[in-house]
Amino acid sequence: MALDQTFVGRTYPPTEPYEVGREKIREFAVAVGDENPVYTDPEAAKAFGHQDVIAPPTFVFAITFAAAGQVIEDPQLGLDYSRVVHGDQKFAYVRPVRAGDRLTVTSTIEAVKSLAGNDIIDIRGEVHDESGEHVVTAWTKLVSRAPEEA
Amino acid sequence: MTAQIHYADVEVGTELPAASFPVTRATLVRYAGASGDFNPIHWNEKFAKEVGLPDVIAHGMFTMAEAIRVVTDWAGDPGAVVEYGVRFTKPVVVPNDDQGALIEVTAKVAAKLEDNRVRVDLTALSAGQKVLGMSRAVVRLA
Repeated sequence: MALDQTFVGRTYPPTEPYEVGREKIREFAVAVGDENPVYTDPEAAKAFGHQDVIAPPTFVFAITFAAAGQVIEDPQLGLDYSRVVHGDQKFAYVRPVRAGDRLTVTSTIEAVKSLAGNDIIDIRGEVHDESGEHVVTAWTKLVSRAPEEA
Repeated sequence: MTAQIHYADVEVGTELPAASFPVTRATLVRYAGASGDFNPIHWNEKFAKEVGLPDVIAHGMFTMAEAIRVVTDWAGDPGAVVEYGVRFTKPVVVPNDDQGALIEVTAKVAAKLEDNRVRVDLTALSAGQKVLGMSRAVVRLA
């Protein structure tokens, strides 16, 4: 069933702050096998002008995707999450995410489409730190595949 | 934000050092824990096949995280990446054997932009299939 077009432009309330920890960044860097010392050694990060260790570019997705849960699970929208696949992902960084950041995400539905029975939704997540500084914007395209014919 | 590569030293067509990233079931379990994405299509073969996949597949975000390493290793400072976007065109299928899968990434400078920025276009293959489409990063060089 096609999703309701009136959801386009809807913005959800900002999430509670997520505190970025040094050890969480380290865990993520290990999980992707990335040994860049900027992720684990504050001195190496400072040599590049960062205040503390920074997170790998895609780290913030875990935070923005959790925030997008407000949209995905909105019963009024009615997205069938069991059939959802990740279509596109894009980030635009004002600065890297770093240890000590307390990040909030404001999610907005940018587009809702139906193509060949697939429901497609574009969600923009604006990430700000505790001081209100804009850190990164994440665009996530989710595709809820049409059910197979029985 | 200090990249180690100088803007003046690159041209359109400059190739970045390519890299290959192995991925096994153990890699996926570790990534699930670190990222918080516990979708069973990434670790449960029975479930993956029930929903029509050939086998367990890697998280798209894992592939995206590996591909950008070609750029961040080249630039030196990952903070030099100002934009990064991909389309997930094919899943990376990860069999439960001793090999797993391999994600092969190449990249080249596609455009020189203002403010010392360049656009890098990435190609990511696994088992001969293109797994990321429209994969682009904008990087601020020294």
